[in-house]
Amino acid sequence: MLKRIRIIPTLYIIFLMLPIYWLLTMALKTNAEILGGFSLWPQNPTLANFKTILTDPSWYNGYINSTIYVALNTVISISVALPAAYAFSRYRFMGDKHLFFWLLSNRMAPPAVFVLPFFQLYSSIGLFDTHIAVALAHCLFNVPLAVWILEGFMSGVPKEIDETAQIDGYSFGAFFARIFTPLIASGIGVAAFFCFMFSWVELLIARTLTSVDAKPIAAVMTRTVSASGLDWGVLAAAGVLTIVPGAIVIWFVRNHIAKGFALGRV
Amino acid sequence: MQRKLNQKAWFLVLPVFLLVAFSAVLPLMTVVNYSVQDTFGNNEFYWVGTEWFVEILNSERFHSALGRQLLFSGIILAIEIPLGILIALSMPKKGWGASICLVLMALPLLIPWNVVGTIWQIFAREDIGLLGHTLAAMGIDYNYTHSPTAAWITIIIMDVWHWTSLVVLLCYAGLCSIPDAFYQAAKIDGASRWAVFRYIQFPKMNRVLLIAVLLRFMDSFMIYTEPFVLTGGGPGNSTTFLSIDLVKMAIGQFDLGPAAAFSLVYFLIVLLLSWVFYTVMTARDGEAN
Repeated sequence: MLKRIRIIPTLYIIFLMLPIYWLLTMALKTNAEILGGFSLWPQNPTLANFKTILTDPSWYNGYINSTIYVALNTVISISVALPAAYAFSRYRFMGDKHLFFWLLSNRMAPPAVFVLPFFQLYSSIGLFDTHIAVALAHCLFNVPLAVWILEGFMSGVPKEIDETAQIDGYSFGAFFARIFTPLIASGIGVAAFFCFMFSWVELLIARTLTSVDAKPIAAVMTRTVSASGLDWGVLAAAGVLTIVPGAIVIWFVRNHIAKGFALGRV
Repeated sequence: MQRKLNQKAWFLVLPVFLLVAFSAVLPLMTVVNYSVQDTFGNNEFYWVGTEWFVEILNSERFHSALGRQLLFSGIILAIEIPLGILIALSMPKKGWGASICLVLMALPLLIPWNVVGTIWQIFAREDIGLLGHTLAAMGIDYNYTHSPTAAWITIIIMDVWHWTSLVVLLCYAGLCSIPDAFYQAAKIDGASRWAVFRYIQFPKMNRVLLIAVLLRFMDSFMIYTEPFVLTGGGPGNSTTFLSIDLVKMAIGQFDLGPAAAFSLVYFLIVLLLSWVFYTVMTARDGEAN
């Protein structure tokens, strides 16, 4: 029974890994080899494509820019979402249900709708082509999501804990920082993971709001298409490198997911 | 959980409210502004009322893009939700096996969307791609740049590849929160595998499934980057979804008025459908309690 059932995840993971494996082999091939013939693995593995990226500032700055605005966005999203999620999970107040759905509705807004107005808004306040502009723009879909996830986790913490802390003489701030936050640490981890993820992978808005100084790696990658033909090898190498930060972040969150979800009302 | 009435809670929500108002309401007002005006350039605008809305709602182009979009989202939900539940059910619950599964499965989620498009473009190409080459070697006529059917199948497989893991992760989280005692009780009662799923696992996954269905619906309805990189909306218009059509209109042709009206109609459709999902699923949630 057990053996038979494990086949499904194994097959699924093979299905997931095949295209990634193919990307990796492409990154290790030269362009001549990619276009010259078909082979399952690189005949003469080369790191030249990676070297191109790591030595050319117009490439590696893309990674630095992306990392900066993603980190900014995650910090902003989580820090504003924490108190709001607490309010939604503990109190009733005027218009709470409508406000919650309105927040979610922003998560539903197609980014394509916002491209032009965002460009005008951030240009007019002089933030165009800065990291903070992209970080703020990405709050559009990350803040509602963070509130939603955190609210779920917080509702899983019994309210008696709040009351006990109050009787014990904790101020609200001290209670929140020293007792409540550790209790939902896994929730914060998961929410931060989602914020990181959606900000890291987004291209349309990030590309619109930047030109040189804050240009994300995803936008740098579209450049190779316009150059003389497609530089498949370098493109594949850049693709492989965009996966790396994500893989590192998942590795950290994995522990939170494993032990944390038992706490939350999921 | 019973929640206390407390109007001061508004202060806790205020930062979120201001931030989202800044990044959503202000831009949205610009769109509304454009949708009721026409321009001859030079920043001169004049009022045209609902003309653009009438034009968009009656246009063949919008109808066909909407039809394709609904079909696409329907197929995506029909495949990814059951598949995600199935995989989550059969995953190991603890130990290094679980960690490896989680990390590997989450990997596609963290690849920038244009890179996903690029990966599949490479993977499915007949000359250099593993999939395209294998299919060609098997004698199957497959070319996603010429045949609309092949383009559709490629985009759907790409999306399944990209997003099923999200459903798996959420369902897995739901499953992990079920105490062992529940399973032991079921065992004593001699419950079948199906009964365990129907009465223990499924109700526990209800909340995460709501999140999964909503997220997958919204995102598949707004899909832009991946099909844009993979097929560019072609062959012909066969994979031109709403977002691709909108960006073509707004940036390609620079028809601000119609594009703004299009945006608002599009947004309202997403909002309406999501609200329906949300209401239906939370209503069922309420019954269960």
